[in-house]
Amino acid sequence: MGAAFDEMGEGPQLRAAYAEIARWLAATPREALAVKRAEAEYLFRKVGITFAVYGEGGDPERLIPFDIIPRIIARAEWERLATGLSQRVRALNAFLADAYGKGEILKAGRIPAALVTGNEQFRPEMAGFTPPGGVYTHIAGIDLVRTGPDEFYVLEDNCRTPSGVSYMLENREAMLRLFPRLFAAHRIAPVNRYPEELLATLKAAAPGKAGHQPTVVILTPGHFNSAYYEHCFLADEMGVEVVEGADLFVDGDVVMMRTTAGPKRVDVIYRRIDDDYLDPEAFNPESMLGVPGLMRAYRAGNVALANAPGCGIADDKAVYPYVPEMIRFYLGEEPLLNNVPTFLCEQEDDRAHVLANLDRLVVKLAQGSGGYGMLIGPHATAAQREEFRARIIANPSHYIAQPTLALSTVPTLVEAGIAPRHVDLRPFVLSTKDSVRIVPGGLTRVALREGSLVVNSSQGGGTKDTWVLDDAPSVQVQSQSQGYVSC
Amino acid sequence: MLSRTADCLFWLGRYTERAANVARGLNVAWRMAGLGTGEEWRRLLVATGCEPGFTAKHGEVTPEAAADYLVRDPANPSGILSCFAAARSNGRQVRTALTVDMWSALNESWTQLRGTTEADFGGERLPGFIDRVRERVLLFNGAAQDTMLRGEAFLFVRLGTALERADNTARLLDVRHDLLTHAPHGAAEYAQWQAILQSASALRSYHWVYRDRLDPAKIAELLILRPELPRALLACHARVTEVLEAIAAGQGGRRGECHRLSGEITASLRYGRIADILDGGLHEWLTRMIGRTAELGEAIEAFYIRGE
Repeated sequence: MGAAFDEMGEGPQLRAAYAEIARWLAATPREALAVKRAEAEYLFRKVGITFAVYGEGGDPERLIPFDIIPRIIARAEWERLATGLSQRVRALNAFLADAYGKGEILKAGRIPAALVTGNEQFRPEMAGFTPPGGVYTHIAGIDLVRTGPDEFYVLEDNCRTPSGVSYMLENREAMLRLFPRLFAAHRIAPVNRYPEELLATLKAAAPGKAGHQPTVVILTPGHFNSAYYEHCFLADEMGVEVVEGADLFVDGDVVMMRTTAGPKRVDVIYRRIDDDYLDPEAFNPESMLGVPGLMRAYRAGNVALANAPGCGIADDKAVYPYVPEMIRFYLGEEPLLNNVPTFLCEQEDDRAHVLANLDRLVVKLAQGSGGYGMLIGPHATAAQREEFRARIIANPSHYIAQPTLALSTVPTLVEAGIAPRHVDLRPFVLSTKDSVRIVPGGLTRVALREGSLVVNSSQGGGTKDTWVLDDAPSVQVQSQSQGYVSC
Repeated sequence: MLSRTADCLFWLGRYTERAANVARGLNVAWRMAGLGTGEEWRRLLVATGCEPGFTAKHGEVTPEAAADYLVRDPANPSGILSCFAAARSNGRQVRTALTVDMWSALNESWTQLRGTTEADFGGERLPGFIDRVRERVLLFNGAAQDTMLRGEAFLFVRLGTALERADNTARLLDVRHDLLTHAPHGAAEYAQWQAILQSASALRSYHWVYRDRLDPAKIAELLILRPELPRALLACHARVTEVLEAIAAGQGGRRGECHRLSGEITASLRYGRIADILDGGLHEWLTRMIGRTAELGEAIEAFYIRGE
């Protein structure tokens, strides 16, 4: 693993988009930055933006650390990313429709059928059923990493219930309050239209019978869920109810919510609970979070679910290596965004390679999330590597491996001052029958520990505001950036 | 509005009010303790419904144990800290129905109080602690009053506050009913009557309304039948009726048993006579009233929350 690419750069390598940030950092004493950071923490605590972590002791309502130095993406870079993201999500939706429909990509042998129909995430309940508008993953979060000026990779797709968008919005609000002058010196693409776009996406997903003003709700597992704040935040921003399973019931295949004025019909459910818990009649019978009969109502075309059940086959880590094939197969295009080369431990050749190179690879659970159950070879102890070797041999299909990428870094305020820290980026992609919409930006997660590549909030990661900068910087900045390497 | 949201708002109103009522009770208890009646702490435990739990845990009533049980003990669901925790938890579940100011008042109260230990309210610190609790609840009620949209959310918070207050006044009176039914005029009785009024924040009001010495029948009348005292049973039940009617009006006149029952209770208070109440036995009357208030709470939940 070589030296990581720093997105700001320094000296003659300072990248143009960061010119004003570099000047600001040079001109601002560390103590002043520390004060701003404390102020940011106070703001977040006050609004109550917390991330619930239960079962680990300590305060269950934690703040995700917020770093006040923004991460910047130039408009031209963003446009390339956005085109690639749109392409990828269109292919993922086409794949889902095909996998639960005619299965042409499987028949053509472009993806092993067993990987799809034999997948734990495959929902037979969805087979032969087309959701309203034919869209499956209405809201997708695609995790991107960068390794060089022009090298972006998709690390993973999140087609089920991606979270984090509230941080994209609240981080921006906090930055606006803390640094109005910095905002005046930049032309930053706004993100605050996201809730409006989300509501439009959800309304567009409504079944035909719903009429012009469909009733949309957000279904949350409840206030013990780590993303509960986000569920409420989005509901509030969209002006819709946030409901729990017990607030809904199904009567004659129609979903109703219990209100003080009696039962009210629900047309679209933006569900933030996993498939397994959606409907105890159809899935996990033990679920207390879901709504008995929900799948009947869904299949009767009386309610829309966003995202559709069964999207897990599209973001499974073992299916991931085939996404470029999906793009070629369904869209007849070459993929614009790269995949990280991935070894499937289930396949003999790949497995041999993985076991021989454990000290150089990242090993992940094929269906894990949240950075749990992961081995980062170069940083692991010999004992940890041996443990994973045994696990892989015992359950090869549960594991995939990828080379360790030299994730890009962005300057970050840490105890010792300003230092480069590794980042990733999760933009949110909204799909309807006719369009794909992406608010410019996303959630930048940063690994706060020196050298760490794990950005997950459950594993000590933090977040940054992400600025998509319109190309023409203000005149003042232009003169500053002359003579620097432009990107 | 979602039934669950209404439920949380209703209990949010009840728990914040309960915390303030317990604080008010404590305020009287420590004042009275100086008069050596010894009964004060037990009366307070009974009035707040905490006596069975307390006895099971501590047996003997001591001022220290009673204060700890009523303030801090997480095992007591009606203790001040438990009330704030429950209020905040209800508020947190319906964050979007609260205004930022209400949430801040609630959240900051909890942040300030959550780590409370005996050192914060023990001995001489108790009066200061009680003042802080009362201020936090006043701040919350003020935030609700000043910043909430006048919709159902506002009404359900008010409903909880008013019903809890009605229940509290009836209980406060009931634990001292014996003092209001006979009339020996010793210094100790006089202090007890003051205590009754103080625990309803009504001592000054008494003087403004009657401009006379304390008299047990007038005290009972003030706390039961006078519409101008915010903690009088009539004022509280009239508020409950008014709020229930406002909710019904917003829903095109949809009414249930809770509306009938609330109207009946309010009418009996509005047109009742104190002499009749005292003649029939104050304790018996208050016991019935406490029962009917509980029934009303149940009817509200059946109609609006469970949709029966």
